Amino acid sequence: MDFFVLMLAIPLVSGALLTVFGECDWAPNLNIIASLGTFLAAAGLTAEIVANGPRFAFGEQFFIDSLNVFFVALTAFVGLTTSIFSGPYMRNEAEHGRLTKPRLRLYKSMYQLFMFAMLAALTTNNLGILWVAMEAATLTTVLLVSLYRTPASLEAAWKYFILCGVGIAQALFGTILLYFAAERVLGESGNALLWTHLIDVKGQLEPNIMALSFIFLLVGYGTKVGLAPLHNWLPDAHAEGPTPVSAVLSGLLLNVALYAILRCKVLADGAIPGDFAGKLMIGFGLFTLLVAAFFLSRQKDVKRMFAYSSIEHMGLITFAFGMGGPVANFAGLLHMTMHSLTKSAIFFAVGHATQKTGTQLMENIRGLIRINPLIGWGLMLGTLAILGMPPFGVFASEFMILTHAMKHYPWATPVLLLGLGVAFAAIFGKVQPMVFGETEAKRLPHAPAITPVFLHLGIVLMLGLYIPPYLTRWFHEAARMLG
Amino acid sequence: MSSAIPFSAQLINLFAAVILLLAFAMLAQRRVVALINLFAMQGLTLCLSTLVVAVSTGQSHLYYSAGLTLLLKVLLLPWILHRLVRKLNVKSEVEALINIPTTMLVGLVLVMIAFNVALPISELSHTITRGTLGIALAVVMLAFLMMITRQKAITQVVGFLSMENGLFLAATSATYGMPMVVELGIALDVLVGVIILGVFFFQIRDQFDSLDIHHMERLKDN
Repeated sequence: MDFFVLMLAIPLVSGALLTVFGECDWAPNLNIIASLGTFLAAAGLTAEIVANGPRFAFGEQFFIDSLNVFFVALTAFVGLTTSIFSGPYMRNEAEHGRLTKPRLRLYKSMYQLFMFAMLAALTTNNLGILWVAMEAATLTTVLLVSLYRTPASLEAAWKYFILCGVGIAQALFGTILLYFAAERVLGESGNALLWTHLIDVKGQLEPNIMALSFIFLLVGYGTKVGLAPLHNWLPDAHAEGPTPVSAVLSGLLLNVALYAILRCKVLADGAIPGDFAGKLMIGFGLFTLLVAAFFLSRQKDVKRMFAYSSIEHMGLITFAFGMGGPVANFAGLLHMTMHSLTKSAIFFAVGHATQKTGTQLMENIRGLIRINPLIGWGLMLGTLAILGMPPFGVFASEFMILTHAMKHYPWATPVLLLGLGVAFAAIFGKVQPMVFGETEAKRLPHAPAITPVFLHLGIVLMLGLYIPPYLTRWFHEAARMLG
Repeated sequence: MSSAIPFSAQLINLFAAVILLLAFAMLAQRRVVALINLFAMQGLTLCLSTLVVAVSTGQSHLYYSAGLTLLLKVLLLPWILHRLVRKLNVKSEVEALINIPTTMLVGLVLVMIAFNVALPISELSHTITRGTLGIALAVVMLAFLMMITRQKAITQVVGFLSMENGLFLAATSATYGMPMVVELGIALDVLVGVIILGVFFFQIRDQFDSLDIHHMERLKDN
């Protein structure tokens, strides 16, 4: 059986199964087993691509190369660990009476369909299908954000739907313009939206249309990445949804949206003379980094704070890809990996911490290290990692972005350092008393799943100290594809 | 291009103008039920204009997309929306944040901007429908304006769907429509989106006893 077909079929079929049987006792295990199956299939696909090079699937509709297989592997891995984490987490929520059985069923089936939508978005060769899959990924998570049915969570979900809906409508207009530009070169066949065909003729695409198209695509998909000033939905959706949803939104969905921008940027770069797309992304990236850094210090809710931290890192990554070139692209890809792993680990730790203390307000969370040393250390180490402390991997990628910026865009360096410095002060000052300090919290009925936290942090630590040569080659290959 | 505009192109321009007029009518309409009917009429005009393009150019896949528009935007979505309004007992009056005449003036400015943005692109197009690209962009912007200025959740959704109409018009006017597989996918997303919103409306109503979104202004950064 084809690994690629398996990888898409497993989440789709299990999503449908969980819709029907989601209230059975074995349903949480099916969720984990399906995620494991998806991950194994993705690993098999990765090995195949590394060995044999890029390939098509379903005619030319799907295309897997070294760039997207890297995102596929990351998505499937974080999908697996999040499903492991969500087992005990959701059981605790149900025990506290915050969730009923039908809502747990909704959660599990939507989780699998969300994975399917993201994997389809990553592997499709058709830029129209990419749009459809991105929209599907939004739709599957809207009801997850409002899973608790509290006024705040409904408001967050509504904002998420409307803002991302408007954003993605812009992206559709951008896609229409892209198709218009392509059709003049490639003719009226269905091939004019296939990325592999577009890349061959990118130099012939009409520059004015492509420029307008890229602006719409960047603004549209950028809304989903959380680029300022279109980021308003992101902190709300992350803070009010269940923690596993925050982890996958932050760790995966933002990446997939950024991936969509990258694919379009390659085409825009080929068509538009002068570094138009790159400059736009540099501008948006720096602005996002600064806005997020200064909002960070005003946060009281722990999940909201880490949501702003995600916006900050997305700004940094957008900036890195905006600079372009092999080094900056390499750093951007590395930083995306590090951010995904670290941020989801932090959300796992935060999820258990808020469950134990019964609040998301940081001033009421104290002394995690006494309640559960593993969670306390998990949060502390995760925070140090995301703030770019050596020897964690985030340090390596941030260092590369900074040095590259110093060499090629010296004026941006103070802005970067200011943003990173303000973020450091804001986050560290708030996490430190949460981890250390006095407390009187109670035990949880179901022991939390700590393994995913340390698994992620372990990988981030390892990649900070030593990146295996095959991974370096892979990153280089992917960075080269981005031009 | 010859100086005489062919009859089919005139017909398409007429339909596009009607779509734009309906977008303005939606902007001015205060009652929810009438708003949904206007949306259905906009869908019907869009379907007719797609049909004319299909007949005059012989693009067979446009027949399917016209059929899809008829099914989805004229019949199914308005039916779902009417049902929601009845079940949720939405009060008929819609409150706008800015008064209607001001909104109309802002709308006029938006139309001018849209035509200026679309002009260089439509000059490059070779389709008989290229004159309508500016109208399509204007419809998108007017729908966006409606979403910003209205307070009821359900009017925001109608605005969202009207924006999709504008995008569809843009696709047919610039390129004779997107590939069929993409169009099907978009239609599926829109349908699923409206169904999810239907579920969502009941959740909002149960929680706030109203579909007025000014109840939902608690999440702020401070």
